[in-house]
Amino acid sequence: MPLKKHIAWIAWLLVTLAILIYLVIRMIGSDAEKSIFLIGETTHGHYQIEMACSACHKQPFGGIESLQSACMDCHAEELKQVDDSHPRSKFTDPRNAGRVEILDARYCVTCHQEHNKESNSGIGLTLQKDYCFRCHSDVGDDRPTHRGLAFDSCASAGCHNYHDNTALYEDFVEKHLDEADTNPHGKVLNRNLAEFIRMTSPIPIKSLMAGDNDAPAAISNSKLDVVQEWEKIRHAISGVNCTGCHHLAGDKAAWTDKPTLQVCQECHASETSGFLSAKHGMRLRQDLSPMSPAMARLPMKTDSHDLSLDCNSCHTPHAYDTRQAAAGQCTTCHDDEHSRNYTRSSHYALWKKETQGEISPGMGVSCATCHFPRETVRISGADRVLVQHNQNANLRPNEKMVRSVCMNCHGLDFSINALADQDLIKRNFTGSSSADIATTDWVKQRVLERASAKPSTSETQE
Amino acid sequence: MRTSAAKYVIATGITTILGLGLTACGGGSESSAGISPQSMADSLHSVMKADRTVYTKLIVNRLVKEEKVIKASEHWKDEKALVLPAQMFRYGAEMVAETNSDFNYSLLSLWPVNKQNKPKTEVEMAGLKYVAENPGKNYYGEEELGGIKYFTAVYADTGVAPACISCHNEHKDSPRSDFKLGDVMGGVVIRIPLKS
Repeated sequence: MPLKKHIAWIAWLLVTLAILIYLVIRMIGSDAEKSIFLIGETTHGHYQIEMACSACHKQPFGGIESLQSACMDCHAEELKQVDDSHPRSKFTDPRNAGRVEILDARYCVTCHQEHNKESNSGIGLTLQKDYCFRCHSDVGDDRPTHRGLAFDSCASAGCHNYHDNTALYEDFVEKHLDEADTNPHGKVLNRNLAEFIRMTSPIPIKSLMAGDNDAPAAISNSKLDVVQEWEKIRHAISGVNCTGCHHLAGDKAAWTDKPTLQVCQECHASETSGFLSAKHGMRLRQDLSPMSPAMARLPMKTDSHDLSLDCNSCHTPHAYDTRQAAAGQCTTCHDDEHSRNYTRSSHYALWKKETQGEISPGMGVSCATCHFPRETVRISGADRVLVQHNQNANLRPNEKMVRSVCMNCHGLDFSINALADQDLIKRNFTGSSSADIATTDWVKQRVLERASAKPSTSETQE
Repeated sequence: MRTSAAKYVIATGITTILGLGLTACGGGSESSAGISPQSMADSLHSVMKADRTVYTKLIVNRLVKEEKVIKASEHWKDEKALVLPAQMFRYGAEMVAETNSDFNYSLLSLWPVNKQNKPKTEVEMAGLKYVAENPGKNYYGEEELGGIKYFTAVYADTGVAPACISCHNEHKDSPRSDFKLGDVMGGVVIRIPLKS
């Protein structure tokens, strides 16, 4: 008996050791080998970095606070930008302790659980969609229009958004009632780098010619076509010479044939930051290999699968034609219905007219017009128009796009309804929306009710 | 002589250090007793009230009502306007909540523009009623929220400038439109967690 017992223990020890060795080998192996440790399929927003476990699991035993800190590392700025309607501070207030017991909104993971595909709604939400009910069940008391509404309908496109209500708050909607569907003069902001530099830099820009290039002679002599190409582009026009880009990051004197993203970042910090925050670049931010179309969950063209994504994937080196980056490059990879229908859309017809000089710059609609919107940022006391390179920032829920994109050319009601029709989106907005979201109607109703209830309020208060 | 002088210097130094040490210990025994929650809340409120009054009178009322050079709006970012005094106060409270867990404060009212700012707890309700009915007096109580016991103080929040009155009377979501200068319009609620 004792001998048998010893043998059993030795066998157990050997099996345990074997399992341990197997797991250690998997842990230090390739990404595919490490995937054994994933406890469930990751969401569309994180699957690219699912093998960078420590991006979210910052500390082995850090608990929920550590997870929350990881969420904030990547998403705090976005929430700040949109004046988050439900900030954490609202729920750390002791007076809301009762609400926290019902829905612990102090932590992102209460609503956005990872490795939990079964309950994933497509916008990273893992709660049932009627979560608003838990705190706002009495909404009908103040808003008769809301009585009897299903609580899973609150966040339908165009009504409410848990975080970003910049285009949906009542006073904003009231200001934009009765707008025309389309503004024939609508256009996006023009980029203004040259003007910005003139306003903020004491040193005037000196444009460069081919003969001014400062590449090593052996290289420039063997790459005359490249030098000619460079002379025509904005880098040369803006005074950026060959060594301005062709150097090692951190060492401007060391020539390299293939500058890295860190070099682009030296001048394009905001654009690079956006790129590294979104699906195209988030793997690089976590020191993983670059994203490639083969890894994508969206349909991609098979001949693009082996490409890897960095700045030069969209901005072809030396050409740096932003028009090509804005429309042409996207469909070299993207092969979903919405993308394929772009060239059949009225948006594309306008883009074609813009590229042919028939309408003013900014009136055409490229892929980037909607997915890489231009925004004004105040830097050193001057307004700089930048392209937001985090193309995921305004995608899901899609009403985040209403104000930053659609309303440059369309009325609020038209925009809300367009984004609520999934089939219309697949058709790349060819045709009209079948959705009829009540937002503007209800706000209009409130305005009328107020006017009849307080006909001379402003006069009596003066 | 030099040795004696050195001794005196050393002795003086030691005496001074001991003296300072004892004084510090004396101070320490006082601080170990701690400031009472009520004193702490009263002190915090006096600073809050002063800052808010200065912002309301010298910034908002002066520039909006008197000199008419800028608007104040709850949608200040969109309208490139001044932050409303109540928002200035709330943003401060949110910032404190992010950095300090020793106390918490909020601005509430029996007649709130935003319904989320109506009283929720019994102490809030009793306190807001008390300060509205007893001008110049504060309300103090204790309550347990989320398993933590709090000392809760409620202070009257009065309309100190015409801008407060007109804004609240004219706001489309305000349940009252008859406020007058000097009226109690709500209350500042300060909570301090009590150690068990």
